[in-house]
Amino acid sequence: MSPSKSQWPWKLVQGLLLSALGLLVVYQQRSDDGLMGWLSARLAGGPPATLHYFTWSDYADKDVIQAFEREVGVKVVVDTFGSNEELLAKLQSGAGGYDVVVPSDFMVAIMVKQDLLAELDLDRIPNVRLVFERLQHLPFDPDNQYSIPYLWGTVGIGYDSAVVPAPPDSWEALWDPRYKRKISMLNDQREVFGVALRTLGQSVNAVEPAVIARAKAKLASQKDLVKTYTSENYQQLLAYGEVALAHGWGGTVARAMAERPSIKYVIPKEGATVWADCLVVLKTAPHKDLAMRFINYLLDRNVAARTTERLLFATSNREAQVLVAAQYRDNPAIYPPDSVFDRLEWMTDVGEAARLYDRAWTEVKLQ
Amino acid sequence: MNPDAVPPDRPESFRAAPVPRRSSLLLLPALAWLGLFFFVPLALMLAISFASRGTYGGVVWTLSLANYANVLDPLYVKVFLRSVLLASVTTVLCLALGFPIAYYIARLPARRQGIWLLLVMIPFWTNFLIRTYAWIFMLRTEGLMNQVLAGLGLIGSPVDVLYTEMAIVIGLVYGYLPFMILPLSAAVERLPPSLVEAAWDLYASRWAVLWRVIVPLTKPGLVAGCTLVFIPSLGAFMTPDLMGGARTMMIGNLIQHEFLVARDWPFGSAIALVLMVSVLLGLAIYLRAERAGTRLAAGG
Repeated sequence: MSPSKSQWPWKLVQGLLLSALGLLVVYQQRSDDGLMGWLSARLAGGPPATLHYFTWSDYADKDVIQAFEREVGVKVVVDTFGSNEELLAKLQSGAGGYDVVVPSDFMVAIMVKQDLLAELDLDRIPNVRLVFERLQHLPFDPDNQYSIPYLWGTVGIGYDSAVVPAPPDSWEALWDPRYKRKISMLNDQREVFGVALRTLGQSVNAVEPAVIARAKAKLASQKDLVKTYTSENYQQLLAYGEVALAHGWGGTVARAMAERPSIKYVIPKEGATVWADCLVVLKTAPHKDLAMRFINYLLDRNVAARTTERLLFATSNREAQVLVAAQYRDNPAIYPPDSVFDRLEWMTDVGEAARLYDRAWTEVKLQ
Repeated sequence: MNPDAVPPDRPESFRAAPVPRRSSLLLLPALAWLGLFFFVPLALMLAISFASRGTYGGVVWTLSLANYANVLDPLYVKVFLRSVLLASVTTVLCLALGFPIAYYIARLPARRQGIWLLLVMIPFWTNFLIRTYAWIFMLRTEGLMNQVLAGLGLIGSPVDVLYTEMAIVIGLVYGYLPFMILPLSAAVERLPPSLVEAAWDLYASRWAVLWRVIVPLTKPGLVAGCTLVFIPSLGAFMTPDLMGGARTMMIGNLIQHEFLVARDWPFGSAIALVLMVSVLLGLAIYLRAERAGTRLAAGG
């Protein structure tokens, strides 16, 4: 079996060629521009700067990011997370090197208190002026010192109008025994408690133990009707008809509509949460200048319009709304209609009351 | 037939050749790996479990036993008990399904065993998450299972299995069955068929053959299989979320919740350590009882 003397150099050459080929294939797959793009970038000058973008798993649109890479001549590396808590846990456990991150409203407040965010250079982000009036001067960062809203929307009920005849304009529809095990709820304790709290006429940010206990009892009485608590796959559950009513984010319900046209979206009369995922720059960001430029790019009205059409989440640029195709612009799951704004509420961090929610949530789950 | 009368399968004269000193250097990479990625994180967890949570997450270094006291809260004890119950049901089902398969494979001629063991192993070539999603597609209301059952005229309305505790058990049994079959078939292979035949010749009943010959002689495999199934089932968190629809919490979900949602690393660490120590204690007690039993039998 051992190669004879005359054979071994050939084997070596073969081996080297094969590994070179393997490396090429790997590189071809890893770099979005492929080998030629990489070669031309190398020939043109030094290595391109690399921006590290840490965002929600369904927010990274390849085309939008590639266009920025071509325009500025840099490389953008995208990493994703699935929840605000995961994002914070990763940053707190020392994951570094990220430049631009996309936390939600209440998480911006926490990150500011944790001193994780760099101040934005608004002179370099002129598109901040095009942000919707409603999304300016938000309580967690009134002067956009650290954050600018990017994608935003509401939490409501996605429902199959072929199964649920009348629009479920009240959260109580999620307690309707006719839809037993045809209901899905977000697997998110604050959002789920928010629903119960609104039906009790309370704020989604309640901190009083007695109020939280009442909300818990309300949710416990719903448990048997709920098929699943999920923040990930209710789009498919709605589209396949597994559930008739889904508590969920508007944009995700909008995606289910594309698959099953009888799906509709409603913001119940008791009120709901409004949220905004914001662009921020980390204090430890290695490329702050590039980060400001990237944020301004994402907020550009053409880029924002394209982002909305692809992700089905509204972007914060008010001029972009005009550019978005009518089918998206007029979809209440994407752009909340003016009439609902006075019953929308921002979720805020509840500080130490979070322990009460944690416990109550565990009790509901063990019910 | 007294199982203790069987000659030990490893002759007493067998002794491992002494390992040359320099060769033990080869252990270094593995030791370094274990030290760096197992013992150091474990020590960190131990330290953190005595600290407390900051209001916005993170760890505040005030020494306290509060986290351990909290683990004993009836609510969390309930999570523990539910996990132990689900993991036990999983283990028993794996044993009931796995033992006949393992026995069958081990009694095949050697050249045909390979293909069967390969069939047991093949699922491992696909990511567990993807296999779990495949199960979701099979079990859902309009899924394969209900279509087949309805097509055969066995059911009138679809069976609602997905997102129940039964679905969790199905997922766990599916996922961990190979861990039961592999050690068991190795154990059955070492069981000389002549002993079973001897039992038959001596007019042992079916039950006597099973309980007094086969089970005692394959015990190492049984213990290994049950341990390999029970422990990961106890700590499972993906299956209860995806197949159980996150409608219940197992201990793994609670730990994940404390680390990622509640941002309470100290409490999460304390639960994880209590879980680990109770599993280790359980095993140690079992092994000690086992050794005492063997000594007693051998001496008597």
